[in-house]
Amino acid sequence: MTDLLYSEEEEALRAAVRDLLSDHCAATDVLARVERPTPYEPALWKSLAEDMGLAGLLIPEDLGGQGASHREAAVVLEELGRAVAPVPYLTSAVVATEAVLACGDPDLLGRLASGRELAALAVGLHVAPGTGPGNVVVRDGVLHGEVSGVADAVGVGVLLVPGDDGVLYEVEASGAGVSVVPQTSLDPTRPLGRVVLDGAAGRALGSAGPAVERALLAGAGLLASEQLGLSEWALTETVRYLKERRQFNRPVGGFQALKHRLAHLWLQVVNLRAAARSAAGALASGEDLGVSVSVAQAYAGGVAVHVTEEALQLHGGLGMTWEHPVHLYVKRAKSDSLSYGTAGTHRALLSALVDLPAP
Amino acid sequence: MTDADELRRRTQELLADHPPADTAPPDFLRARFDAGLAWVHYPPGLGGLGTPRSLQAVVDAELEAAGAPDNDPRRIGIGLGMAAPTVLRYGTDEQKARFLRPLWTGEEVWCQLFSEPGAGSDLAALGTRAVREETSGDWIVDGQKVWTSSAHLARWAILIARTDPDVPKHAGITYFVCDMTDPGVEVRPLRQITGEAEFNEVFLTGVRIPDAHRLGEVGDGWRVAQTTLMNERVSIGGMRLPREGGMIGPAARTWRERPELRTHDLHQRLLTLWVEAEVSRLAAERLRQQLAAGHPGHEGSAMKLGFARLNQEISGLEVELRGEEGLLFDDWTMRRPELVDFTGRDAGYRYLRSKGNSIEGGTSEVLLNIVAERVLGLPAEPRTDKDVAWKDLAR
Repeated sequence: MTDLLYSEEEEALRAAVRDLLSDHCAATDVLARVERPTPYEPALWKSLAEDMGLAGLLIPEDLGGQGASHREAAVVLEELGRAVAPVPYLTSAVVATEAVLACGDPDLLGRLASGRELAALAVGLHVAPGTGPGNVVVRDGVLHGEVSGVADAVGVGVLLVPGDDGVLYEVEASGAGVSVVPQTSLDPTRPLGRVVLDGAAGRALGSAGPAVERALLAGAGLLASEQLGLSEWALTETVRYLKERRQFNRPVGGFQALKHRLAHLWLQVVNLRAAARSAAGALASGEDLGVSVSVAQAYAGGVAVHVTEEALQLHGGLGMTWEHPVHLYVKRAKSDSLSYGTAGTHRALLSALVDLPAP
Repeated sequence: MTDADELRRRTQELLADHPPADTAPPDFLRARFDAGLAWVHYPPGLGGLGTPRSLQAVVDAELEAAGAPDNDPRRIGIGLGMAAPTVLRYGTDEQKARFLRPLWTGEEVWCQLFSEPGAGSDLAALGTRAVREETSGDWIVDGQKVWTSSAHLARWAILIARTDPDVPKHAGITYFVCDMTDPGVEVRPLRQITGEAEFNEVFLTGVRIPDAHRLGEVGDGWRVAQTTLMNERVSIGGMRLPREGGMIGPAARTWRERPELRTHDLHQRLLTLWVEAEVSRLAAERLRQQLAAGHPGHEGSAMKLGFARLNQEISGLEVELRGEEGLLFDDWTMRRPELVDFTGRDAGYRYLRSKGNSIEGGTSEVLLNIVAERVLGLPAEPRTDKDVAWKDLAR
């Protein structure tokens, strides 16, 4: 049975990430930046990716990385979720990095590990594992086509593009025939872009199918830890607020109707933590991978959306304001529930994996 | 400290001295208790060796491999899970020596006399009276208890009764061990919605309990009872299960074996419940790992909440899945089962029996209050009964 707890090293990593985020990524900082084209602070990314070495967490040490496992990456994502931090960790340091790891390209892995190179997998954020190839056409050695809804694509140096010839290509984002058009996303802390390729040159990295599958499984599995972080913030902040907020000459949190709602939320967060740890453990060990990831994703989306929506409701009018950060969590949670496959898509995957076939 | 190797050696010694094939099961169990291999975390002389609880698995594996008899723990769950930890914590040396050995071997079955018709969620309001007889020092008990499983099989009961009606309700309660063979004890089966009677009503009329059978101080019964109740919730929610080990198992098997029953609507609902069952199983496993690592979490009180709702929803879905058969029930005959199996019998039985899961061992509503107040630290309900003598409470 997978170890579902946190090791001392993981708790130390959590504390370091949380310290950094509380100093440099407070809710007011996030709100101040979300309407800019690149919402994250380059200095914050540099601290996380380069100084703490998080960009290379999943990359082996001999390739310049930290040689850690998905269990540690999951802890980082819990903290990034708790801060609803607008940084391209999940998209570049997890999803794109996993695709390159599948191809085993030491040069690109070395650059990614340094934290100075960012990459995005040119696959729509909504795409689930098991979906198959995209629609970028490879003709006469160059790439043509459009991929929309690519998370954190704006501003990266490298696009990883699966072609219709079954090859994964490294495409320079600043190269000729490449443009990335910003889209307005529901979640302003995770911007989307449309990648337009019109005769772009690409360097073949390896086979696209297994690389994309590995990347999307890691993305889906570790997204559950981000969703856990979002949910934990929403619950903790709501409990804190309801102990303070007084109406009818009592703290609002003393009313049983609200206490029971909060207790239900807590139970869901407890369950989500177990599911997220199970998925991270399965990614690290490779055992029971498909079931663990899809169980986590079939559960996590609904919980994160519900807990953040309840947080909004229980903050009353404050929850509807732009100034209060709860809307950032609602937007991220709702967007996450569509990312790397919806709960329904993952239930459909489970239907085959656990032998509960459709009629 | 006794380590795993030493436990293995002692277990092999027990097996050599009392070969299971040539030893009557009760004799083997008594010998196992006396060797300190019954519950290794209990103190020496009381069936244990004072070692960490996690080492019990070492002993159990050796005994199972040798085909040794066990004490049929499901039959004596109340004794093992509730009475024993309370006797261990609050009992006198004489009480521990008298009660724990036959409790563990299963020679003496225990039941619990806590709930009353007028004291359910508000257990501390209980009205069963225990009055001290001046001449003998014995306690004379009168009252009625309810929802008592195993009462008709039990030799002993853990009992809480009111010894002082003139103080607020929590302060006037005392905890006793009650002899179920006393002529003043009358046990009547209480038939439930499944047709059978797992539970009983117990009428206590002039029951005589010697003061030597009091557990803890006079008036301290509420605190003593907390030990019992905490252990009850852990034992209800803390079982280790394989995937599809709970109520989802029979529903998933029905789905696989009966393709003609499948519909798209039921498919989505079954998959959703399958995922929730798997996530609850993982959460229970995580709790178990936390306990084993010596970091008990608050999750224990929550596990039962989740399992109760899931058991109800899954069994309800299975009745629906069975279509025409879902309209039938296997048997309404009144019985008094010795064991309760939540996942036993047919889907209709499981559906009806699981309705009790959110009531027994603390209602879900009370557990939600516990989570809200003790885990989340939210304010308690305003209390109108805290400083009022029990006898002056409205009822």
